[in-house]
Amino acid sequence: MGKHVVVIGAGVAGMEAAGRLSRNGLEVTLLEKESVAGGHINDWFRLFPDRRDSNEVREYLINLSSDPKIQLKTGASVDKLTRHGSSYLLTTDAGENINADAVVVATGFSLFRSSRKEEYGYGIYENVISSADLEKLFISGEIVISSGKAPQRIGIVHCVGSRDEKVGNLYCSKLCCVTAVKQAIEIKEHLPDSEVFCFYMDMRMGGALYEELYREAQEKWGVNFIRGKVSEASETIDGKIVVKVEDTLAGRPLKMDIDMLVLMAGMEMSEGGSKLAATSGLKTGENRFFASADHHFGSNISNLEGVFFAGTCIAPMNVTETISHARAAVTEVMEYFSNNNR
Amino acid sequence: MDKFGFTISKGRQINYDQNDRRIYNYIIENEPSFRNCIACGGCSGSCSAGNFTRFSLRELNILINRGENDLPRTNLKKCMLCGKCTLICPRGVNTRNVVFLAKQAFKRFDSYAF
Repeated sequence: MGKHVVVIGAGVAGMEAAGRLSRNGLEVTLLEKESVAGGHINDWFRLFPDRRDSNEVREYLINLSSDPKIQLKTGASVDKLTRHGSSYLLTTDAGENINADAVVVATGFSLFRSSRKEEYGYGIYENVISSADLEKLFISGEIVISSGKAPQRIGIVHCVGSRDEKVGNLYCSKLCCVTAVKQAIEIKEHLPDSEVFCFYMDMRMGGALYEELYREAQEKWGVNFIRGKVSEASETIDGKIVVKVEDTLAGRPLKMDIDMLVLMAGMEMSEGGSKLAATSGLKTGENRFFASADHHFGSNISNLEGVFFAGTCIAPMNVTETISHARAAVTEVMEYFSNNNR
Repeated sequence: MDKFGFTISKGRQINYDQNDRRIYNYIIENEPSFRNCIACGGCSGSCSAGNFTRFSLRELNILINRGENDLPRTNLKKCMLCGKCTLICPRGVNTRNVVFLAKQAFKRFDSYAF
C-alpha cells in the first residue's frame, strides 16, 4: 500500500513539498487554513532580487502541486497532532480526522503586526503603511495617500519587529532590507519624481544579487539611505508624517516631513505554527520558530519521529531557500519510509 | 617663535593603547548591557537634550568604549535623565543607568569634579 503524507500549509514550502512527494509516488493531503493555496506569495507583487512577477512562481507551484495524488483541503487548520503506533492522527478544526504515515510541517511565518510598534503610528496615522500594504498598492497599480494624491516623499523604515528587544524579537528577519530596496525601486518606477529615503540600522544584503540591487537603487534610481533607527513618527495637521531619527553618520538628529511612511514588517512564527507546537509537542526555539534537530545537518528533522519541517516555520527564508528546504524535507521523508519498510 | 603661526598638531588617531578605558570598564562591570549597543541612534534620535545641545548617547557610548573621554566628560552634564532612550533602545541597554555610572566613574577615576 502507498504511504500517505500530510503536508500542513499550502504556501511555497507546502506546495513544493507536496509536489515532490507525489512525484515520488506518495499520496499527499495538503492542508491550507486559508481559502486558497499560495500563502504570502499571493499578496506580493514582484519578488526580489530580479523583480519577477510573483504570478510566475505561483503558477509553477500550482502546476507542481496539481496532481491526482495530491488532495488539497482549504479552510482547514490542524487542531491536534497525535502519534498512533507508527503513524499520526491529525484532527482539523472542522473535526475531521486524517491518518498520516509522515507529516511535513510547512506552517510558514506571519508578518509582524506593525501596530505593535506604537511609536511608528501604524493604524493611527493613515499615511503609515506596512510593506505588505505597499505590495497591494503595487498590485492595484496606483500609489496614493489618504488625500488621493501621489506621495512626493516616501520614507521606508527597516527592522520593524526585527532586531528589537522591545517587541521580543532579537533575530534579524534578513529579508526586509532587500524588500525595502526592491520596494524603493518600484516606488521610483511608479513615481519617477518622488524622493525615497530608507532608514536603516545595517544594510543586510547577504543574498545572491542583493548587493547588486542595493547598488542599482543608488546608481539608477537615486534612492537615499540614512543610517539611523527611526525613534518615532508623528502626524502634522495636514496629514504629513514627521520622522525623528538620528542621522548617525552625520552625528546629528534629523527631522523630516514625509508623505508616506512604509514599515518593513519582520517575520515571526505563524499563529498556526504556534498552535501546532502547543498541541503536538513539537519543540520551538528561542525565537519561537520550530526547533530543528540540528542546525547544520538536521534542519528538516523535528523532535517527533516522522514529522519534518519545510520552509519558514523554522526561520526566515527567501523563496529560493524555502523551495530548497522543502525539497530537502522530501528527501528526509523518503529516507524515513525506506528505513521503516520492513 | 610663538608668533610664527605654526604649532605641532595633536594626532587625530584614536590611541587605543594609551587611552584610558577605566570609565568604560567601570560601566560594563556595573551595567553589562552597555556592551550591547549597535549604534543605531534610536536613543539620540529621541533625545530631548540632543535637539538643542551636542548630546548623543550613541556618540558617548562609542567614545567611552574607545577611551576617548574628553567629549563625554563634558557632554554628560547635558543629559536630563528623562529615560526616553531607555524606552527605545532595541538592544535593551539600560541607558539611564549608563549615564549614572559614567558620572560616577568620572568622579572616581578623574580629577574632574561634577
